[in-house]
Amino acid sequence: MPIHEKSLIRPENLKTHEQLVVDGVDVSGHWSTFIQSRVVTDYNEALQEEIAALPGGEHIHRCWQCGSCTNACTVNAVNPDFNPRYWIYLVRMGMESELLRDKDIIWQCVSCNKCTYACPRDVVPEGVMKALSHWLELKGHTRKSPSMIFDEVFTEQVIQRGRIEEGRIIQRFFRRTGQALGQDWLIEMGRRLLRRLPLGMLTRLGLASVRAPRTHGWARSREALREYVAEEHARQRRALGLSELIEGAQRDAAGIPHA
Amino acid sequence: MSDSKADKYRKVAYYPGCALEGTGHAYDRSTRQVGKALGLDLVEVRNWNCCGAMEAKNIDPKVQTYLSSRVMSIAANEMGMDVVMAPCNGCYHNLKKAEYDLAHDADSAQVVGRLAEKAGETAYRAGQVETIHALEWIKSAIGEQGLRERIRGGLKGLRVANYYGCMYTRPRHIFPEKDAGPGSESTAKPHFMDDLLAAAGAQNVEFALKTACCGGAHTLSDSDMSTRLVLNILQAAEAAGAEVIATECPTCHSGLEMHQVRAEKRFGKKTQVKIVYFTQLLGIALGLSPRKVGLHENVSDVFAALQSRGVA
Ligand code: SF4
Ligand code: SF4
Ligand code: SF4
Ligand code: SF4
Repeated sequence: MPIHEKSLIRPENLKTHEQLVVDGVDVSGHWSTFIQSRVVTDYNEALQEEIAALPGGEHIHRCWQCGSCTNACTVNAVNPDFNPRYWIYLVRMGMESELLRDKDIIWQCVSCNKCTYACPRDVVPEGVMKALSHWLELKGHTRKSPSMIFDEVFTEQVIQRGRIEEGRIIQRFFRRTGQALGQDWLIEMGRRLLRRLPLGMLTRLGLASVRAPRTHGWARSREALREYVAEEHARQRRALGLSELIEGAQRDAAGIPHA
Repeated sequence: MSDSKADKYRKVAYYPGCALEGTGHAYDRSTRQVGKALGLDLVEVRNWNCCGAMEAKNIDPKVQTYLSSRVMSIAANEMGMDVVMAPCNGCYHNLKKAEYDLAHDADSAQVVGRLAEKAGETAYRAGQVETIHALEWIKSAIGEQGLRERIRGGLKGLRVANYYGCMYTRPRHIFPEKDAGPGSESTAKPHFMDDLLAAAGAQNVEFALKTACCGGAHTLSDSDMSTRLVLNILQAAEAAGAEVIATECPTCHSGLEMHQVRAEKRFGKKTQVKIVYFTQLLGIALGLSPRKVGLHENVSDVFAALQSRGVA
């Protein structure tokens, strides 16, 4: 019989026997997959509190494990290992080492909020996914994900100028993630556009990339936002029992100049 | 729809957002042109700022709340407007989210108040403006009947898949006016764009992925995922018999365009369906020239497709 959510069980704990008779019943082949029992002792009792201290994680305690989020999830449909319900369960149980098995895919949540739409308990699983990704990065379990780098590049520019210009964001993001700008599909898009674009449009695009758009009189908003982000990030680090020293990339995110 | 709404939406504060100044320029252009052709008045929000899109909230959610509230505050407190219209799903969603948070969460209101004070601005108070999407704007101010009366040429039965994306309907709680009985928009099966385009002479196909996600949040940071999600949408639209996919968001639109090319280049999967803003289709149906609605700025060659159908 197929085991429900079999992917959740560690492969080494799945035992299949070609030939097996249990209590006089032949359970060979199809019926012979068993889950080896095991004992978990390394609970992190503070895990739920830590996640709840990060933005988005506030309502994790409400979850009653109905599974609607996973059932509705965009990424789960592409990769069955992406399982918000299960991760929320692990956090609530404090099963940190189990959670860490999936640390490299949690950031892939695309923020579509299908889970939030489906959740009967207002957990906002989308927010929990963001809190989990932050937690993994803050605790040093994962490197900064490409998605976090993109969020930082984008937000830095908004805080800096009040507005963004897409060309600059793409360039900075590619540079920070070490990707070449000459992607085949990017060149192909440019080629298709150039076939039809009139000169005026090209000039406009060119101008935008030289003269970046900005909001006037933004300096005080910029200062206020930087101060707030720095305070917030320090509070989060305290909540996770980390030193408040903000390292380089986070300074960048907050727009704080390096010492 | 009530006449009071029709009157209220005749003149609105217009929040184009950053994308409409860049990749979404054709959407800005066609929105303004359609507004003009329909006799509606758009007054651009003065000295606006970015709403934070889908990114700022991941640095801190209240940064986004402040950014969005500043736009609404200018419309209300500096321009005396009571409606803000945003054509971008991201902007629309963020303004609605800020509105909801400021009304329901004391902490958000406190932080935004503090930030606004430091910035030397008047803080936005929940309820000062009503934020609407371009779809609601045209649907309520003109309506299907009004549109039918103004059609010159029309869409001649063009087969359209209407694509709304994620942020127009989710999460549900920030859109209290949706799912609110007859005439209101549905979050499960939105239809405002379908209604408008049908009135303009399109034949809408049965399209199950109206509110599917294109992976826009990770379009560059997890591109293969986005390409797979977009390919799904494109193929479903083609299977449903669509000639074009109509969009109502610059991010959804450029996501579909970009990953259509990327699917071809990286996965060898070619799709024919063309991507076009609903305002471009409305403009054409109203008799505006393809150039006026910026058809030449689209990556997929929708101009040729419309021409061969005798629409443009
Ligand atoms: S927001 Fe993230 S977790 Fe929720 S359904 Fe979408 S991809 Fe899945
Ligand atoms: S839908 Fe909500 S309540 Fe159900 S499992 Fe997911 S988070 Fe928990
Ligand atoms: S969501 Fe997009 S378009 Fe809207 S203001 Fe922000 S970046 Fe700009
Ligand atoms: S469909 Fe894509 S671009 Fe549109 S709102 Fe969803 S993720 Fe964003």
